[in-house]
Amino acid sequence: MIEIRNLKKIFYTGEVEVHALRGVDLSVAQGEFVAVSGPSGSGKSTLFHILGGLTPPTSGSIHINGRDLLGMTDAERTELRKTGVGFVFQKYNLLPTLTAAENIEIARDIAGRKGPRSAQFEEIVKLLGIAGRLDHKPRALSGGEQQRVAIARAVVNDPGLLLADEPTGNLDSENSVAVLKILVDLNARLGQTILMITHDPEAASFAHRIVRMKDGRIVH
Amino acid sequence: MIYRLVWENLKHRPVRTFLSAIFIGISVTLILTIVGLSRGVLDDIQQRARGTGADIVIRPPSSAVLGFTGNMKGGEKLEALVRERPHVTLTTGTLVQSIGNFQSITGINLKEFNAMSGGFNYREGGPFQRPDDLMVDDSYARSKHLHVGEELDLGNGKKWHICAIVEPGKLSQLFAQIGPLQEMYSATGEFSAIYVKVDQPANIPAVKEDLKEQLDGYQVYTMEELIGLISVDNVSLVKGFTQVVIGIAVIVGFLVVLLTMYTAVLERTREIGILKALGASPAYILGILMREAILLAVCGSLAGIIMAFGSRYLIYRFAPPFLSQMIVPDWWLKAGAISLIGAALGAIYPGLKAARQDAIEALSYD
Repeated sequence: MIEIRNLKKIFYTGEVEVHALRGVDLSVAQGEFVAVSGPSGSGKSTLFHILGGLTPPTSGSIHINGRDLLGMTDAERTELRKTGVGFVFQKYNLLPTLTAAENIEIARDIAGRKGPRSAQFEEIVKLLGIAGRLDHKPRALSGGEQQRVAIARAVVNDPGLLLADEPTGNLDSENSVAVLKILVDLNARLGQTILMITHDPEAASFAHRIVRMKDGRIVH
Repeated sequence: MIYRLVWENLKHRPVRTFLSAIFIGISVTLILTIVGLSRGVLDDIQQRARGTGADIVIRPPSSAVLGFTGNMKGGEKLEALVRERPHVTLTTGTLVQSIGNFQSITGINLKEFNAMSGGFNYREGGPFQRPDDLMVDDSYARSKHLHVGEELDLGNGKKWHICAIVEPGKLSQLFAQIGPLQEMYSATGEFSAIYVKVDQPANIPAVKEDLKEQLDGYQVYTMEELIGLISVDNVSLVKGFTQVVIGIAVIVGFLVVLLTMYTAVLERTREIGILKALGASPAYILGILMREAILLAVCGSLAGIIMAFGSRYLIYRFAPPFLSQMIVPDWWLKAGAISLIGAALGAIYPGLKAARQDAIEALSYD
């Protein structure tokens, strides 16, 4: 599913060169649920941004389902984000002017999937337990509900890879467990490959495997 | 779904959206008012020209189309000459005397003028009795709240006595007897124009040519030619002024939308990042902003059309009586298109800024 070899990323803050990734090697199998942990500045988010096609790598090789991300143009990375990768963020990142349903549907719209809601849409909404909250705007939803809407939005286009960046970081323990169980459920039922950044060892324990990062490298 | 997002974005900031639409609307109103005023005033002049009943008009050599200023020295002699030409059945000379504020008194020979025009319809009062008698038309009387028997000071050092209020549409709004008016302005025997009635419509061109030969240098028009000249396209001042107003409207629309969309882009930085993370292309982001700008322009145009009715009422109520604004439905689409162009131009820079925004930076924006 994912093959990363000697991945490096350098970016510039003013005139300062920052080596965010210093040679990452990682393999993730199809349907695997991997937690990525590590201190701030260890390169977790940069790795996610590269995997999600939000920023290009500087060197190395990175393949998702056989597609090489290194040589991708901006337009190709945009295409990857439409249907190849789904994001779940710590701050939910729902569009505040749209309802829960519309927040999910806009992901379909961007992916060019017009028309009535699909059976998959209904199934995901049911699976996530948000069927009764679809007509509410984000401000009327609890943190847990917002995160479930965000998960639904991330998987509605059936992406090969789900990237979750601290998905429980803003939630209380009860909602955190609920969200993590949903991720496990998605992984088990839909065979969804998931990479999850987390600082929380308890959250990480829900994954099949934990990968630790430090100073831009995978340490074990 | 994109239209839903556009609509919700505009609804999200109702005051900003309302004010933006109103400002765009004002520029649309400006266009519709100027075009409506131009047409209204020129249409009024055309109606009054037709109302004389004349077939041909003779004017001094250097007279402008819209200005009846400039007198013919020895006008009475000229009129006598014209009256003797073949096929000419009636003639009458008039003297137009400016009283400022684009208004004028027209001196007429009432008997001759009635014979040519079919006579005045008196709403109040009757024909001239005294040298200082003044007849005013209904629209002038209404705007100045005048009645027969009242005195009117037109600022020319003389008080006029209102002897009649007449139906509008005949040459002028203010009429005096030509003799006293010539005397008052030391223009005895002078005319500003001579109106000519011809026996048969078919003879009008021949009479015109004959008069041009006889009156070397004088401007001789058939009434239809004169009316044709009194149009927006032929009055360069009005045409130029309208173009300037259209330019201003485009700039106003451009600036309003630029400011509105720029603010919106700054405010929605994070949301733009979210859309990018979902795979929205730069064209998709630009499309959202352009649609918002177009929707603002459409709403603004509708508001502008409605406000044009308001400006018409205000002009009718408070402006000088010679100003009348027509409602110009054929310009609604044009004015809307002009505001759309301004709005689209205004949305380009903020739209491109949004489209080029770095997704990671945008997502970390608070």
